Amino acid sequence: MSKKVEKSRGEMISFMLNGAEVQADPKWSLLEAIQFYGISIPTLCHDEGLTPYGVCRMCVVEVGNGNRTKLVASCMHPVTGGLNVRTHTSRVIKTRKMILELLIARCPSSKKLQDMAAMLELKEVRFDPLNDDCILCGLCVRMCEEQMVAKAIGYAGRGMDRYITTPFDMTSDECRKCGACMFICPVCELRCQGPQAETTLCSGCINTEPVCASIYGEAMCFMVPCLSCIKKPEDVKA
Amino acid sequence: MNLSSVKELEDLRKKILSGRDLDKPCIAVCGGPGCLAKQCLQVRDEFIKEISAKGLKSKVDIRTTGCHGYCERGPIALIFPQGIFYQRLSIDDVAEIVEETVINNKTVPRLLYSDVEAKQVIEKENDIPFYKMQTRLILSNNRMIDPNSIEDYLAIGGYSALGKVLGSMNPPEVLDAIKKSGLRGRGGGGFHTGRKWEATRDAPGDIKYVICNADEGDPGAFMDRSILEGNPHSVLEGMIIGAYTIGSGVGYVYVRNEYPLALKNVMLAIKQAKELGILGNNILGSGFSFDVKVNRGGGAFVCGESTALMASLEGKTGEPRAKYIHTSEKGLWDRPSNLNNVETWANVPMILNKGAQWFSDIGTESSKGTKVFSLVGKINNTGLVEVPMGMTLREIIFDIGGGIPGGKSFKAVQTGGPSGGCIPENLLDIPVDYERLTEVGSMMGSGGMIVMDEDTCMVDLAKYFTNFLQEESCGKCVPCREGLRRMGDILKDITEGKGRMDDILLIEDLAGMLKDASLCGLGTTAANPVISTLKYFRDEYVAHISDHKCPAGVCRELITYGIDPDNCTGCGLCKKNCPPKAINGERKQTHVLDTGKCIKCGICYDVCKFEAVRKE
Amino acid sequence: MKIDESKLDSIIKKYNNEQGSLISILQDIQVEYKYLPREAMDHVAKSLQIPRVQVFGVATFFKAFSLKPKGKQQIHVCMGTACHVRGSKMVLEELERKLGIKAGDTTQDNEYTLETVNCVGACALGPVVVKNEEYRGQMTPIKVESLLGTKIAKR
Ligand SMILES: Cc1cc2nc3c(=O)[nH]c(=O)nc-3n(C[C@H](O)[C@H](O)[C@H](O)COP(=O)(O)O)c2cc1C
Ligand code: SF4
Ligand code: SF4
Ligand code: SF4
Ligand code: FES
Ligand code: FES
Repeated sequence: MSKKVEKSRGEMISFMLNGAEVQADPKWSLLEAIQFYGISIPTLCHDEGLTPYGVCRMCVVEVGNGNRTKLVASCMHPVTGGLNVRTHTSRVIKTRKMILELLIARCPSSKKLQDMAAMLELKEVRFDPLNDDCILCGLCVRMCEEQMVAKAIGYAGRGMDRYITTPFDMTSDECRKCGACMFICPVCELRCQGPQAETTLCSGCINTEPVCASIYGEAMCFMVPCLSCIKKPEDVKA
Repeated sequence: MNLSSVKELEDLRKKILSGRDLDKPCIAVCGGPGCLAKQCLQVRDEFIKEISAKGLKSKVDIRTTGCHGYCERGPIALIFPQGIFYQRLSIDDVAEIVEETVINNKTVPRLLYSDVEAKQVIEKENDIPFYKMQTRLILSNNRMIDPNSIEDYLAIGGYSALGKVLGSMNPPEVLDAIKKSGLRGRGGGGFHTGRKWEATRDAPGDIKYVICNADEGDPGAFMDRSILEGNPHSVLEGMIIGAYTIGSGVGYVYVRNEYPLALKNVMLAIKQAKELGILGNNILGSGFSFDVKVNRGGGAFVCGESTALMASLEGKTGEPRAKYIHTSEKGLWDRPSNLNNVETWANVPMILNKGAQWFSDIGTESSKGTKVFSLVGKINNTGLVEVPMGMTLREIIFDIGGGIPGGKSFKAVQTGGPSGGCIPENLLDIPVDYERLTEVGSMMGSGGMIVMDEDTCMVDLAKYFTNFLQEESCGKCVPCREGLRRMGDILKDITEGKGRMDDILLIEDLAGMLKDASLCGLGTTAANPVISTLKYFRDEYVAHISDHKCPAGVCRELITYGIDPDNCTGCGLCKKNCPPKAINGERKQTHVLDTGKCIKCGICYDVCKFEAVRKE
Repeated sequence: MKIDESKLDSIIKKYNNEQGSLISILQDIQVEYKYLPREAMDHVAKSLQIPRVQVFGVATFFKAFSLKPKGKQQIHVCMGTACHVRGSKMVLEELERKLGIKAGDTTQDNEYTLETVNCVGACALGPVVVKNEEYRGQMTPIKVESLLGTKIAKR
């Protein structure tokens, strides 16, 4: 990063993409540039309308020359001049498959993950299933914060115990009950109870732990564990 | 007092020195973490009591210092001016030392260091093998000063590098000196300090930060703690010089939560420096202003990582972020930030005082200066050692460390903390420098050096580190969170005799993915302990998997305890202590262990004085 | 739990209401209450103008914080590498047996909280157990009884 010159919008820079020299706007992320050229890259934590977070690592690509190459998350990496990018090397594919294998082991019944596995020709999962319903992609958190400006949900715990929750695991005034978090969730169907009522949200499918209609009306609920919404503060153990 | 020029600083130093008599007896009691745990403060209080009882209060100084390094021999007291080294003291020894040494100028042989091999006692600190082979540039000052006294620091030439820099050098000249010295980061990566400073200096922006990483998360290491506790001003001096060079007005020290004394000492040092005008507005009248704030960590290893540390300084959870844009451009609050380790900062004043050339003459081609290691585990001389880069591991472990206790044989040494690797016996002759350690699959890290003997199970050790990292992973990215979870499960299975041979392949796949795809350094290096033990101690893995045996006798599921009738004297100690009452036998009769009831707690093995309890 | 907001305010003021001092503020509160009461965290979030979920996230991320009241006496067993290779696990297990709780828990009578730490800097003396502020080096399962004193040993 020695050149500190701010490039003005529109001035394109060139880099190598799978052997061909291509042009891209320096404001783009590598992922955007790659997608612009029609190459498909699997992603799980990326959404055009939200700040990239770079956690699923499905979007890795190999950059560098000769044997000095490394994998980078394309959704976070800026387009820089002279980069030599390869999107489907055996190292990349092996890594994506391994990551997907881990995610499927975590959420075995997710349709989205299964489809992706079919696409990547992942045939075997060597780990015991966990039957979780969240891959911690963080889309919901960013959705809530950036699009709904509610900041009603976030992460708690760390490492393997990390989970998405509301403040103090309780129902909160911050939540607008808009359902946007559910709408964007890539594995939301895991919380889905099947079609129950008509709604415009989330592809027409109400997807929640039992909907507490009396509280949320037709909107969806994010509470884990369920029924925490009707708990009053004093019911929640300190 | 507010010093408003470099000259006033030097005048103050002269004044302090002229008031001091170098021949005045001084008792320097080590107050480092190891000695503290051995009740050294009681020993010190006894010295104070004894000295005043003898009416010597004005004639003898008593100093509580930072760590002297030789923790194994604590509590330690050094008697100046002679430099006599007394060890393993208790309060009962104090009166004799005062009487014999302080008053009569003789020694107390039974409290001196004794060399088993040479069958002689050694009086002076510098003649003891443990110290003799070291080059203590940074640590040696610990014993000379009271960390809570800025005057002590000034008396040993403290802040003279700052004076020199502010009085006669411009930032590019300082930068040049640091670059020429070849100083590299002591916190992990070994990045060139000069280049890092330059990047932050050149980054656009008016507000820049310098940060001191005192998070020291490596379990089994306490170098940074000892420097910060024992000589906080040296770190501050380095930071002020760095800030001047980089053009920063605010600095932070991020101190690990478990280090309350380091926190206290550095806060006091900041206060003292501010009072003297060495820190704050218009430092020493130079027009340069710089302030330092102290933040406490919250107990998370990952917060040692630069971006996680900065997130936590912003009041957020310690989650790393991608570093495709360096922190030297966008760090704390998205502003250019320069992070260095405690020991890196402590090296800076020395380099400016003695010159870049002097510094780069020490060490190897690529690694300059000295490095402090915390030498622990199955080793005779546990403690902190400082050696020139390029010394071999064998010299450090056997010549300085005194080898393995109890006549056991050496198995491996682990360097680089949880992200480092294990190095076997046949590689002990490699010189310690950044490149060589990386070549053999470990790394320099921040300086943890854990020695293991034949009783350490390498699979268990790999499991230990994996579990540690699994707990300390922030959980943000998939490879590290899910990968380490699975790696831990597999290793657990292996240590319980439930492993399969193809598990090794799976471990290798996971390791490759961790290294390639993790977001931050914790994940990318997390597989090192597993990979290095697989590389050098594969047979141990195989023994666990195919023979269901733990050769070192550590993995509980694979061992059984039993009593050897030939050795058992029927003393009954094991029976008395066995929690599930699995041992039976009459007094003076051979005891019998019921393996069905045994919970394998190992207590009988520990208590038996006749080596009659066997594990296999 | 009733909390004294003025006490909290004075802690927060000490750090000039800086968002960056969240961790330090929570630490001071924990010293005051021996844990982090939810009401106190709510108040901090409001005063510093940060989302409550962020305060909760920080409080659950860092090991130093506890959302449950801790026991009167705190026992920390070092699980650092140096202590591990010298057998700290055996010591921990004996403590767990004697106290009848697992690491991280507090005894029913609120007397003891048993926790693990990673290196307390006294590696030379490993395995190390810190009882309240007092360091005990070279621990073995056998020494656990004397560490706890007679009261527990009789349980
Ligand atoms: C997981 C992880 C933990 C780290 N822990 C520490 C630490 O405890 N102390 C430290 O000085 N550096 C630590 N580092 C290295 C820092 O990120 C950083 O490189 C270093 O502080 C820079 O200072 P230096 O250039 O002076 O070495 C850690 C890195 C990683 C990836
Ligand atoms: S439903 Fe609540 S939590 Fe979900 S996005 Fe909307 S405001 Fe946020
Ligand atoms: S709930 Fe859904 S959107 Fe939110 S982190 Fe989990 S998987 Fe992602
Ligand atoms: S590698 Fe581990 S510690 Fe680093 S960001 Fe990913 S989950 Fe967090
Ligand atoms: S899409 Fe890039 S890391 Fe998830
Ligand atoms: S590893 Fe236990 S004190 Fe350092």
